[in-house]
Amino acid sequence: MSYKMGEFDVAVVGGGHAGVEAALASARLGCSTVMFTISLDQIANMPCNPSIGGTAKGHLVREIDALGGEMGKAADKCFIQSRMLNRGKGPAVHSLRVQADRMKYHEYMKQVCEKQENLYVKQGEVAEILTENGKITGVRTKLGAEYSVKAVIIATGTYLKGKIHIGEESYESGPDSALPSKFLSGSLAEHGIELRRFKTGTPCRVHKRSIDFDILERQDGDENIVPFSFDTPTDGLRNQVSCYISYTNSKTHEVILNNLHRSPLYSGRIEGVGPRYCPSIEDKIVRFSDKPRHQLFIEPMGLSTDEYYLQGMSSSLPEDVQLAFLRTIEGLENVEIMRPAYAIEYDCCDPTQLSPTLEFKKLGGLYGAGQFNGSSGYEEAAAQGLVAGINAALKIRGDEPMILDRASSYIGTLVDDLVTKGCSDPYRMMTSRSEYRLILRQDNADQRLIPVGYHIGLVSRERFERLQEKISQVEAEKKRITHTNIAPSEALNMFLVEHGTSPLSTGCKIADLIRRPQINYNDIAQFDTERPQLSFEVCEQVELQIKYEGYIEKQLAQIEQMRKLETTLLPENTDYSQVYGLRLEAAEKLNKIKPHSLGQASRISGVSPADVSMLAVWLQKHKEENNAT
Amino acid sequence: MSTIAAISTPNAPGGIAVIRVSGENAIAVSEAVFTPFGGKKVGDMPGYTCAYGIAGDKDGRIDDCILTVFRAPHSYTGEDVCEISCHGGIYVSRKILRALLNNGAEPAQAGEFTKRAFLNGKLDLTSAEAVMDVISAKSELELKMAEQLREGAAFRKAKECSGKLLALLSGLAAWTDYPDEDIPEVQPEHMIGELRAVRSTLQSLINGYDSGRIIREGIPAAIVGRPNVGKSTLFNCLSGCERSIVTEIAGTTRDVVEETIRLGDIVLRLSDTAGIHETDDKIEGIGIGHAQKLIDTSELIIAVFDGSCPLTADDFSLLESLKGRKVVAVINKTDEELKIEEDYITQLIIHTVYISAKENDGVDKLQAAVEELFSISRDSFGSATAANERQKKCIDSALASVDEAISAIESCLNLDAVNIILDEAEQHLLELTGEKITDAVVDEVFSRFCVGK
Repeated sequence: MSYKMGEFDVAVVGGGHAGVEAALASARLGCSTVMFTISLDQIANMPCNPSIGGTAKGHLVREIDALGGEMGKAADKCFIQSRMLNRGKGPAVHSLRVQADRMKYHEYMKQVCEKQENLYVKQGEVAEILTENGKITGVRTKLGAEYSVKAVIIATGTYLKGKIHIGEESYESGPDSALPSKFLSGSLAEHGIELRRFKTGTPCRVHKRSIDFDILERQDGDENIVPFSFDTPTDGLRNQVSCYISYTNSKTHEVILNNLHRSPLYSGRIEGVGPRYCPSIEDKIVRFSDKPRHQLFIEPMGLSTDEYYLQGMSSSLPEDVQLAFLRTIEGLENVEIMRPAYAIEYDCCDPTQLSPTLEFKKLGGLYGAGQFNGSSGYEEAAAQGLVAGINAALKIRGDEPMILDRASSYIGTLVDDLVTKGCSDPYRMMTSRSEYRLILRQDNADQRLIPVGYHIGLVSRERFERLQEKISQVEAEKKRITHTNIAPSEALNMFLVEHGTSPLSTGCKIADLIRRPQINYNDIAQFDTERPQLSFEVCEQVELQIKYEGYIEKQLAQIEQMRKLETTLLPENTDYSQVYGLRLEAAEKLNKIKPHSLGQASRISGVSPADVSMLAVWLQKHKEENNAT
Repeated sequence: MSTIAAISTPNAPGGIAVIRVSGENAIAVSEAVFTPFGGKKVGDMPGYTCAYGIAGDKDGRIDDCILTVFRAPHSYTGEDVCEISCHGGIYVSRKILRALLNNGAEPAQAGEFTKRAFLNGKLDLTSAEAVMDVISAKSELELKMAEQLREGAAFRKAKECSGKLLALLSGLAAWTDYPDEDIPEVQPEHMIGELRAVRSTLQSLINGYDSGRIIREGIPAAIVGRPNVGKSTLFNCLSGCERSIVTEIAGTTRDVVEETIRLGDIVLRLSDTAGIHETDDKIEGIGIGHAQKLIDTSELIIAVFDGSCPLTADDFSLLESLKGRKVVAVINKTDEELKIEEDYITQLIIHTVYISAKENDGVDKLQAAVEELFSISRDSFGSATAANERQKKCIDSALASVDEAISAIESCLNLDAVNIILDEAEQHLLELTGEKITDAVVDEVFSRFCVGK
C-alpha cells in the first residue's frame, strides 16, 4: 500500500556525515528538504573512530567550513582532545585532528538539523526511487509513504545491504547494530545504476576499567588549540582527555596466525573489496610479516562513557580470538570487550557513473555522496555530501553548478579522482593525492573557498567581508616588508648568527630575511620597529606567502596551464565513437566517463595527449559547425 | 599557448634543415639562440623578414643560419613563428633545436603545428579530419619510437632513477600522511645521498645524449663478413666517399669505421667492420672483437659474401651467428663468375641481394631489401627525433628539479616544499612511461608501509 506524505524539493537518503551536510546545504540554499534516516538515534554517528580530521582529512574539514558546511563547527563544539599533526614538516601538511565525544557530536548535529529551517528529518527506510519519463519524481519508504521530490541524494554509507562478519558468524546489519537498508539497491539497479560490494571494518570497544593506563605511553593534546572553523573563537578551547599507545608483540601475532582460518576474509566468505589504508590487524600481520610489532592507539569514545576505541586493531576474527589476542598486549592483559570488532560489507556505486557535480549521468536529479560513492571516512563523506547538496539545490534554483577543480581544494581533488579515475578500493584522502598541495593548505582554506561559498549563498556577506579585510591586511603587510629596509646592527647580526644564518653587511629588505628558512616572521619583530599590530592569522599568511613565494608562483603557473584545459567544456551527450580518428580505446573510455571538460578528459587513464589534441580539433570543428547553423 | 619547437624538415642528411618555433614566446626564445649579423635583434624584426646570423648555445657558435620571422596572425600556425634554416645534417639541426628547448620552448607534440594552425582558424573547417589524421599517424609513429627507445640502456637507467625517487617520495608521503604511525623518519642526509646518486646517473645520461652515443639518429647497422669480401668497398659505395681504405690486402680495415648514410628513405648509422676470422694479429684481433660486438648491438646487419668463391668456414660460422636477426645477405662481386653456394644462403636469409660494389651495381636492390625489412616511411625518423628529444627534455628537467631539491634540502627548506620539487622530478621521469605521479606514490605507500587504523 502506498500513501502520499508530502512534497519537497530534495530528499536525502541517509543521515550520516554525508547526508547531514547534503541536507543542511540544500535547506540553507532555500530548497525544502527531507532527510531520511533508518534511526534518528544514528544521525551523524561515528561507528568507527571517535575522531575528526587527520592528515588531508583536516584540510577537508576546513574546506567544508569555508564553503559553509557544518562539520568544522560541530567538531569544535564536541572535541575532547585536539592536535595539529605534522608540525615541523611544513605548513602544507599541517593537519588538524581531534578526538570527539561521539554522543555529543551526534546530539549536536541532530539538533542543528532539527532547528534548520526548510529541513525535515524523518525516520524511515527509503526503498524505492520513483521516476517518470527518466526524471526523478519521488521516493517511497518501506512502509509505503510516498514523497514527491525533484532530486534525491543517496548517502547510505554502509547501510545498503549491509552485512556484518565476525569470525564464522555473519548477519544482515547496518553499522553499530542499526537495521540495514535492504530494498533500495534493487530500485537503483532498476534505474541502471551499477552497484558493487565494498567492505570495511572497525575494532573492538573496550571498558576503561580493564585498561592498565599506568604502564602505557600517553599522548596529550596541543597546548595552543587551533579550531577547525574559521568562525570559532580560539579562547576557551581545551583538552579534556588523553590517548594512549601500546604495541602488539610476537604472542599477539601467534594467536592471530593460529586462528587465521577462522577469519571470513581468509576463508573467502567476504566478497567485498576492503580499503588498503585500513587493513585489519590480521592483514597487517600477514602482509608485513617481518614487522615485530604493530602500534595501537587507545582512545576515549567520549566524556559520558567508559568505552575506549582501539585504533589499529580492526579485525573480523571471532570474538573469542579477539579477546585472546588483545589480552597478549601490554596494558590490555585484563581487557573487557564491550563491542566486538567486525567487518561490514555494503553496496556502493562505481563513482565514474557520476559527473563532477556528483549527479548520475544516467539519471539526472539523482546524486550520490559518501561511502556510497566508494570513498571512506567521515570527512570525505561530509565533503561529498556538501557538494551533492549544493549542486542539487543549485540545479533546482536553475543556477550554474558548483564544480571545484583540483587546484581549488582537496574537495575538488577528491571529487575529480572519484568521478574521473574511479576507485578499486574505498578511497581515502591523502596529501600525496594533490599535486597542488603547497597552494591547498589548511591555513588558507578560507581564502580559497569562502568566496565560492559566498557566491553560492551559504556564506554570509559579513563573513565574506571579514575575509576581504584579512586579505587586504596581508597584502599591505607583505608590501610593507618587501619595501622596507632593515639596516645591519650588532644586535641583528648576533641574532642572525645565533639562528645559524649569515650576518648582514649591508641593509636588505625585511622580506629577504624572512625568506631565509632559519628566520621566522615573529622572531624578527624586535628589529622591525614599525610593524603594525596584526592577528595571528594575518601574520601566518604573510610569513607563508613570503617564504614560499617562489614555489607558490610556480604552482600558480601550473594551475593557470591546467585551467585552460579545465575551462574548455565538452558538450554533454557526445558519442565519442562518432568522433573521427579517435582510437577505439580512447573513445570507449571517453564514452564511459563522459568528461565535463578537456582537462577531465586528459586525466582519464587510457586517453593520451594525442587523443586530447584530436578532441581539441574536433571540438573546434563542432563549435564552428554549430555556430554556422 | 606554450611555445613549441621541432625540426620540420625530414631528419636526414640534406642541403638545409629548418627548425620551426611557434607560440607566444617564439620570438624571445629564438632571440636567445640566434644573433643576426650587424647587431640587429630578432625581437625588432618585422614579420615576413629574414636575417642572416649565427645560431649558438652556451658553448658558442653552432652554425650560420637564416632566420625568418612571421608575426601573429600572419603565420602558418597563426601564432608568432620563427623558422631557422641551417645547413643540413642531423647534428647541427638537432643542436639548434636543443638550444631552443633549453631556452624555454617545449618539444612539439605529434602534429602540433598543424593542430595549432587549425585551432587558430588558419586551416579550413573541412581540413579537420586531415589534421586529425596527421596527429594520429604521427603520434602512433612516435609511440613506436618511444617504445624502441625504452628498450635501450638509457631508458633502463632513467627507470632506475625514477624508482629511487619513488622510494623517497613514498617514504615522505607515508611519513607525512601517517604521522602517528611507526614510519621511519625521513632523514635529510639520506635524501641528499640518494638524490646525489640520482643526479649523477641523470647527468651521465645527458652527457651520453650530447655526445650522441646513446641514441643517435638512424638505424644502427653493421657491414660484416670475412676479410676481403668487399665490405669496405660497399661501405664507401653507400657513404659516397672514400671513408674506408680499400686494398687487395685482407684485413685492411682494423677498426670500426662509422658513417651516417641515407639509403633511399632510410637513414642508417652504418659501421664498416674488420673482417671476422681467426687471427694472431693483436690489433686486427681487437677490431674483430668490436665487429662481433656490433653484430650483437646492430639492428640491421648487412652480411657480405664473396660470390666469386665457395663459402668458407668463416662464412659458415658467420651465417650461424646471424640466426634470428634482421639481415640482408649481400652476394658481392657479380662482376666475376659466381661460385658461391647461393642456395645455402637464401635458405637461411630471406633477403639476399646480388651486387657488384666495385661497379656500384645493385645498390638499389639493397635499398629495396632494407626498406622492406623495416617498412617504415621517412616520417618515422622525424618521429624518432621528436620522441628522442622529448625524452631528453624529460631527463633534463628531472635533473634540474633534482638539483633544486638538493639545494633546497641543504638550505633547510621545509620538507613539504622539497616534496613538491621531488614530485616534479619524478613526474618528468614518469612521463617517459606515461605514468601519473600521484597514483604511483599512493600505490607505493600501500605496498611498502604498513599503515592504517
